[in-house]
Amino acid sequence: MSNLEFTLEDLKRILLEGAGADEGVDLDGDILDTDFEELGYESLALLETGGRIEREYGVEFDDDTLAENRTPRALVATVNALLSERVAA
Amino acid sequence: MTAKVVVTGIGVATPNGLGVDDYWAATRVGRNAIGRVTRFDPEQYPSKLAGEIREFVAEDHLPSRLIPQTDRMTRLALVAADCAFTDAGVRPGDIPEFDMGVVTASTSGGFEFGQNELKKLWSQGSQYVSAYQSFAWFYAVNSGQISIRNGMRGPSGVVVSDQAGGLDAIAQARRQIRKGSKLIFSGGFDASICPWGWVAQIAGGRMTTSEDADRAYLPFDANASGYVPGEGGALLILEDAEAARGRGAENVYGEIAGYGATIDPKPGSGREPGLRRAIEAALADAGLAPGDIDVVFADAAGTPELDRIEAEAISAVFGPGRVPVTAPKTMTGRLYSGAAPVDVVAAFLSMREGLIPPTTNVELSPAYDIDLVTGAARTANVRAALVLARGQGGFNSAVVVRAAD
Amino acid sequence: MGRRVVITGIGVLAPGGIGTKNFWSLLSEGRTATRRISFFDPSPFRSQVAAEADFDPELHGLGPQEIRRMDRAAQFGVVTAREALADSGLDLAGFDPYRAGVTIGSAVGATTGLDNEYRVVSDDGRLDLVDHTYAPNHLYNHFVPSSFAAEVAWATGAEGPATVVSTGCTSGIDSVGHAVELIREGTTDIMITGATDAPISPITMACFDAIKATTSRNDDPEHASRPFDGTRNGFVLGEGSAAFVLEELESAKKRGARIYAEIAGYASRCNAFHMTGLRPDGREMAEAIKVALDEARMNPEQIDYINAHGSGTKQNDRHETAAFKLSLGDHAYRTPVSSIKSMVGHSLGAIGSIEIAASVLAMENNVVPPTANLHTPDPECDLDYVPLTAREHRTDAVLTVGSGFGGFQSAMVLARPERSLA
Repeated sequence: MSNLEFTLEDLKRILLEGAGADEGVDLDGDILDTDFEELGYESLALLETGGRIEREYGVEFDDDTLAENRTPRALVATVNALLSERVAA
Repeated sequence: MTAKVVVTGIGVATPNGLGVDDYWAATRVGRNAIGRVTRFDPEQYPSKLAGEIREFVAEDHLPSRLIPQTDRMTRLALVAADCAFTDAGVRPGDIPEFDMGVVTASTSGGFEFGQNELKKLWSQGSQYVSAYQSFAWFYAVNSGQISIRNGMRGPSGVVVSDQAGGLDAIAQARRQIRKGSKLIFSGGFDASICPWGWVAQIAGGRMTTSEDADRAYLPFDANASGYVPGEGGALLILEDAEAARGRGAENVYGEIAGYGATIDPKPGSGREPGLRRAIEAALADAGLAPGDIDVVFADAAGTPELDRIEAEAISAVFGPGRVPVTAPKTMTGRLYSGAAPVDVVAAFLSMREGLIPPTTNVELSPAYDIDLVTGAARTANVRAALVLARGQGGFNSAVVVRAAD
Repeated sequence: MGRRVVITGIGVLAPGGIGTKNFWSLLSEGRTATRRISFFDPSPFRSQVAAEADFDPELHGLGPQEIRRMDRAAQFGVVTAREALADSGLDLAGFDPYRAGVTIGSAVGATTGLDNEYRVVSDDGRLDLVDHTYAPNHLYNHFVPSSFAAEVAWATGAEGPATVVSTGCTSGIDSVGHAVELIREGTTDIMITGATDAPISPITMACFDAIKATTSRNDDPEHASRPFDGTRNGFVLGEGSAAFVLEELESAKKRGARIYAEIAGYASRCNAFHMTGLRPDGREMAEAIKVALDEARMNPEQIDYINAHGSGTKQNDRHETAAFKLSLGDHAYRTPVSSIKSMVGHSLGAIGSIEIAASVLAMENNVVPPTANLHTPDPECDLDYVPLTAREHRTDAVLTVGSGFGGFQSAMVLARPERSLA
């Protein structure tokens, strides 16, 4: 994969594919700083999402990546940091 | 110990009907739903016919959060559970959560989900396997998902005894009510019409290779050539009769009155198969004599040897031609763990309408001395019915259902 | 009191301990049977350790046809069922075969056989329309794992009710609980019961990798399973089987049977919460424990030993510790608790029955097996987990519990049958 940037839109797409969306949650709203739990994604949904991001973007998360990045903003930033590390390497 | 257990709600999904009304409307007139497989191209396989549920769109009924983590059979079961709850008129909070449980049967689990993940594992690599695989394919998934969706924290259970399992689950549910639970969901769903599941079913050696949808699955017919598999099943809400009355349940279909089960002796032993004994045990458990039974819903394997065993067991218990026998599953194919719960539903609906649904397409072979209801439905006063189910490996189960007083 | 149910025969096949005697040696000596996976190359997987059984089906009396048609888990089940029946000294030929039934627990059925056969018919995943001409007849027996119950029935001569009980990781308790219910209600007098699983295959490793449920401690396989230890980071997959002969107490006495223990109480509950997650308060497990104790007509104080689920995942060990406190009160702090999964791994549906066997052997020997590899206490797990070495301890009654995917929680109380006569 040559995707060099991971955006909120990418995250939303992957969340929907891998875990759907809770009724009453608008992923198109202002969700950047909302905790994943509040968005209706518990650990299992995040593991599925994380696995999909890893495969599609060729990055590798630590065991704690998903536990530590609790919001879309944090996760997007982390994925992008991993992508730029990979380019630098 | 002997508390009366009644059925107060039903959810059903079969190839010939989604929901109780559709299912019965199709079944009472003998509407055949067997056809060429459409879920994949069956051309290369010796068997090409199935009973498929064609009009089910899971997304119309279930939250999108559940879709990626569920196999087709779980989606069908969850929707049926919703319908059964509505049918029973149970509202959330009516019954304490620890007094409600789920006991389902499964035959092959979420086989299609498993097929997709096995494919990813071997063609792409282990890191491609879904986070949901650990439970989405396993046999316990429907009991788990139903309990979660409906807030049921009481006794749970899952039995696997091939097609006999659907009755074993109902019996286990009744047992839990007799031990003190107020409401137990029970029944079974299977949906393994995918290439991997198809090949496994072909390996069983009992599927027909006929390509004529009206002449393929012909139990008790001289031209019986095997069975046609189908997908679907039913979920029933079982309640303690007193508790149901106490909450003002309005929709009492009838009672689960008796149960018996056996397993055949090891092949080649020369001993009698266990079906007769299972029937006798179910009648004794219900406290009924053979003459009290108004109709038998047969297992109807569709292979000459197994049809003969079933006809002989029925005649041995009831006397030759002494009780009407029917097999409406000729319209849907064999639904594995879902088959017998659907027959239990048909038995209750037969009581309501006073009508025995037909065994479609079949012309009774003179080799069997049973009174098979063929052609069209038969009017009859049905107060008690016997439902039979058998699984490969020699599983025999029998349930007696009786009209509510 | 109605009909009472006792264990009169035991068969065990566990990693590091095939046969009851070897199994107990492993546990009482606190040895571990976890190792780097040898069945296939584990290097692509996150978790590369498992507790494997060194099992030779021929050596255990299976014929060539049986070996060919049965998945490894079915083979285990037949071997332990035969061992249990021989141990009981019961000859079913002298009984009405319809009064003898079979319940066998299995969480994942023939998953290893299915994984192997899928590779063949799909040409390693290349074919969507998999090729039936490469499928053996026994593929159907893998498709429907009730074949396990049929095999056990045929091997033992039982012709009463037979089924596989498949409630995920509580299957091994629920299967035995189901069997107890059949004897109590009078449907059967004898049950051949237990559980079996042989899940150590690539698909199983991959599915637990995906949710990081299994340990990644690959550098130290012998010490990888660390229930209740502060450094635990997931369970270690195992395999095996345990089988039991259950009889109605009076008829067991009449024939002079050796009685290992009474199954005095059993219950299962759901968490109605999450397919893989647990509520931290442990309430539904506590509820199952309370109902099992009620059924046994026992007080928490009468429990001498708790055989824990103790899988070694962070959430389980805390959940379970909370459940013991909730159900047993202060007595939880005074009761030894241990997890044999530290030694034999987590064999999914089988482990519940293997743990029942361990519980019965603890009563037999008045020795509580240890929790191996427990060096660093977790402040949130503050009970007496019997670290590292077995302990001599008068054990008249045991509580054994299980917890599994789907939200299932089960509890069983085993006791010396003379207990309630005192």
